[in-house]
Amino acid sequence: MINQTQLKLPDPERDHIQGAIDAPIALLEYGDYECPFCGEVQPIVREIERRLGDDLCFAFRHFPLTNVHPHAEHAAEAAEGAGEQGAFWPMHEMLFANQAALDDESLAEYAAALGLNAKRLIQEVISGAHAQRIHEDFKSGVRAGVNGTPSFFINGQRYDGARAFEPLLAAISQPARIA
Amino acid sequence: MTGDQDARASSQLRSNREGSLRDTQIRFRFLMPTTAEANTPTNPKSGQGNDYKEMYSKSRPKALPSGVEAPDFTLRSTPDQWLALSEFRGQPVVLAFYPADWSPVCGDQMALYNEMLKEFHELGAELIGISVDGAWCHAAFARDRKLHFPLLADFEPKGDVARRYGVYRDKDGVSERALFVIDAEGQVHWSFVSPIGVNPGADGILSALEDLQNKQATLATT
Repeated sequence: MINQTQLKLPDPERDHIQGAIDAPIALLEYGDYECPFCGEVQPIVREIERRLGDDLCFAFRHFPLTNVHPHAEHAAEAAEGAGEQGAFWPMHEMLFANQAALDDESLAEYAAALGLNAKRLIQEVISGAHAQRIHEDFKSGVRAGVNGTPSFFINGQRYDGARAFEPLLAAISQPARIA
Repeated sequence: MTGDQDARASSQLRSNREGSLRDTQIRFRFLMPTTAEANTPTNPKSGQGNDYKEMYSKSRPKALPSGVEAPDFTLRSTPDQWLALSEFRGQPVVLAFYPADWSPVCGDQMALYNEMLKEFHELGAELIGISVDGAWCHAAFARDRKLHFPLLADFEPKGDVARRYGVYRDKDGVSERALFVIDAEGQVHWSFVSPIGVNPGADGILSALEDLQNKQATLATT
């Protein structure tokens, strides 16, 4: 069960993370692979990861708005399916780099391009094998006050500033955070 | 292709696909901070719809508080159908007043609630959106955003219901971005007025609905 008032961020038991779990700064993103704003913010996240190096632990949770983004759910399934095959982050990057083509056929192509078992992945996508997990991510976000995508949490606190490099980096690297 | 070409090609594809969205963004630029604007220190929170401050007057909402009876109303839900609050007696209702169809923040807010209907239903509640837009405007908005809950038109007399709930902005001619959770007996259980440019999310609604459910469970066991 995910804590309602303060998110346990990130949760090494379930979350996809980049960086060391005991890094001083934890950045969590709630995102949707078909959301253009999430796509635009990806290079910013990459640059922040590059700048902060070992000081940062980055985690991603799914927040698909499936009515406005018809391919978002399957794309999230594909990321989770790739995760089952040890390739969550490569698929994550692939999906954000190809937001205009997230139909099932394209998802299978991306799996193959990443050297994954595309047949297995697409079966998981179609059967909704990871639907429950994705919905758990969504619900945890709603509880934490996510009101749209992308939403960021810095050490469990929601970031309400602009989704641009300088303000996000400034908020993340406040002196108190890197003791 | 090199990585750069790849990125450019995919961004080209994306910009074609999102063309209509981008048109909307351009048209509504006065509502949407650009990256440059977002970077200025005077506008640190523009990600949260700061620009709305210039569009809307300052107001002091006097939203109906918890414990009072929720005024009944009957409004058009479609061009030829009407919906009354009293039809929902016996179950909790979430009333989400919002300023206008099509404006960016409302879009996000309604899109979010649309994804959460299952959660609301699991808590026994129905969701209703209300704005001063007419029924045909609501119909087009709901169709475009694939909304699966009713949008009521507080259209004639304009804003009458919003006024009765204490969330009408006279100077702007629209309602506040206000949330009410009405209990099964028709009393206001919880209300909240968000800054007009800020999507209040759904955590407050869920807490209020759970609170109601817990109360009912306590009543049932005593």
